[in-house]
Amino acid sequence: MKYETQKVAYAFFLVAMGLFALQVVFGIMAAVVYVFPDFLAQVMPFNVIRVSHTNLLIVWLLIGFMGCTYYLMPEEAEREIHSPMLAYLQLGIFVVAGVAALACYQLGIHEGREFLEQPFFVKVLITVSFLIFLYNTSMTLLKGRKTTINLVLMLGLWLAAVFWLFAFYNPGNLSVDKVYWWWVVHLWVEGVWELIMASLLGYLLIKMSGVDREVIEKWLYVIVGLSLFSGLLGTGHHYYWIGTPSYWQPIGSIFSTLEVIPFFAMVVFSFVMFWKGSRNHPNKAAMLWTMGCPTVAFFGAGVWGFMHTLSFINYYSHGTQVTAAHGHLAFYGAYVMLILGVISYAMPQLRRTQPFHQVLNMWGFWILTSAMCFMTFTLTFAGAVQTHLQRVLGMNYMEVQDQLGLFYAMRLGTGIAVVVGAALLLYALFGPIRRGTAAGSTLSAA
Amino acid sequence: MAEGLTKSAARNIFYGGSLFFFLIFVALTAHSHWYIVKESTSALPLTDSVRAGKHVWEKNMCINCHSIMGEGAYFAPELSNVWTRYKGRDNPEAARAGLAAWMRAQPLAIPGRRKMPHFDLSDEEMTSLIDFLQWTDAIDDQNWPPHESG
Repeated sequence: MKYETQKVAYAFFLVAMGLFALQVVFGIMAAVVYVFPDFLAQVMPFNVIRVSHTNLLIVWLLIGFMGCTYYLMPEEAEREIHSPMLAYLQLGIFVVAGVAALACYQLGIHEGREFLEQPFFVKVLITVSFLIFLYNTSMTLLKGRKTTINLVLMLGLWLAAVFWLFAFYNPGNLSVDKVYWWWVVHLWVEGVWELIMASLLGYLLIKMSGVDREVIEKWLYVIVGLSLFSGLLGTGHHYYWIGTPSYWQPIGSIFSTLEVIPFFAMVVFSFVMFWKGSRNHPNKAAMLWTMGCPTVAFFGAGVWGFMHTLSFINYYSHGTQVTAAHGHLAFYGAYVMLILGVISYAMPQLRRTQPFHQVLNMWGFWILTSAMCFMTFTLTFAGAVQTHLQRVLGMNYMEVQDQLGLFYAMRLGTGIAVVVGAALLLYALFGPIRRGTAAGSTLSAA
Repeated sequence: MAEGLTKSAARNIFYGGSLFFFLIFVALTAHSHWYIVKESTSALPLTDSVRAGKHVWEKNMCINCHSIMGEGAYFAPELSNVWTRYKGRDNPEAARAGLAAWMRAQPLAIPGRRKMPHFDLSDEEMTSLIDFLQWTDAIDDQNWPPHESG
């Protein structure tokens, strides 16, 4: 750790991982309800469990992005964070907002659009916190060295904040509502978040592979270009069946098919840089996440997205368990693994020690990743059966759901494996380290 | 190919191309907005009651079990065409009575069946919610879903 203020990232990572654990707990509760529908039915209905599961994911990913940015920015800008105090302040505001939202959901206080359920005051707090974050990191950037990594990262974060403002616009016309709702949801995860993803991957590769920065930065522009060229009009794949014009069917089909390309490019980019690299970085676990992230993102976001993105297929598969399958692996691969990778990379420096608990961390990687893949497979089979019975044969929804019990039971099994994997990983990251391994001053390669 | 491309060229292509596609996207969104208001949702008027019904829908977070036009939680039936499923297009009064009775009867005391909570809706809220569902059913959404089953 070259810069003292990088240590603010530790608090962000700690909070993010705490919320990650909570997200997984709500996830497994939802999976139990699918198998035993009477579970908690009187205490916590499914909609409350589900909103907690999805909101926790969004909140911890954002806090994770912030932590990654605070960790990376001093090294890239070659100067200390503008104000560590502001960093802790905005983290505090964000945590208060997140906890308040969770409590409000239990009490039935919320807005009612999917993923944007946060009560109004929570949305305001999130906005305030994010603006403080952007101010703090942008000031650091402005006064320091500008690299492609930190410029693309900040562009992604600023654009995320801009598109977030559409969360405050809720028109009375449901179709209009949906059009702009996607300006937050799609333009985040299939648009500007990919800028964040690519720049963080680029950073990890520069640090761990030893490949020349110029080469990595050039390809970074190519990848983020492909992301936005395809992803902006790729929004069209959400505009097929919500009252929007029919021209979105060809536009959405073509451009969202092209969305696979940047994800594939990220796989090639990561592996080529890894092979070209001369540096043999000691943090093998972080390297594993860095290679795993684009790979699983390619399958989860790319392949599983393409599977149901063509309009004439989506006509039948839209809003079935196929979507749930895709959603789970896409978020896990693209964003969860990314942040886990940065945390795995940063943690030894933050704790001033050599890489530690490497094997345990890699066990966490393999258990989490294979469990998420298997969960995706079970939901994909459920979705295929559901699509056929309900959308082709026209069977009643609840009768069809009764046919899917086996898949939901297997999904619950994979959920248990996710909990085990997450627990191992959290211990590997934050658990006590045996004495004798602490030797912060010798770690200069990082 | 890689040799010919410089970093500054890649950067310019990124910024220029992104702006180009963003402007197209904005233009198409503006047209779609106009199309929705003028064409696809104009079959039934967007009354105050429909708006209030959308609020009832949101206040009770229906979206985190049900889906509407395919978006939501997939845990409970699709509702954009529930009006059609209840034969509201043929017999609106019976559909209204049926939908209200169904919601008031929740949760059903059937062990092992997914439980819809009991939402204590006033008569006015119930009317608005059903107005909203009827209005949504009338949206021209390219004939989705494929079957009445939703």
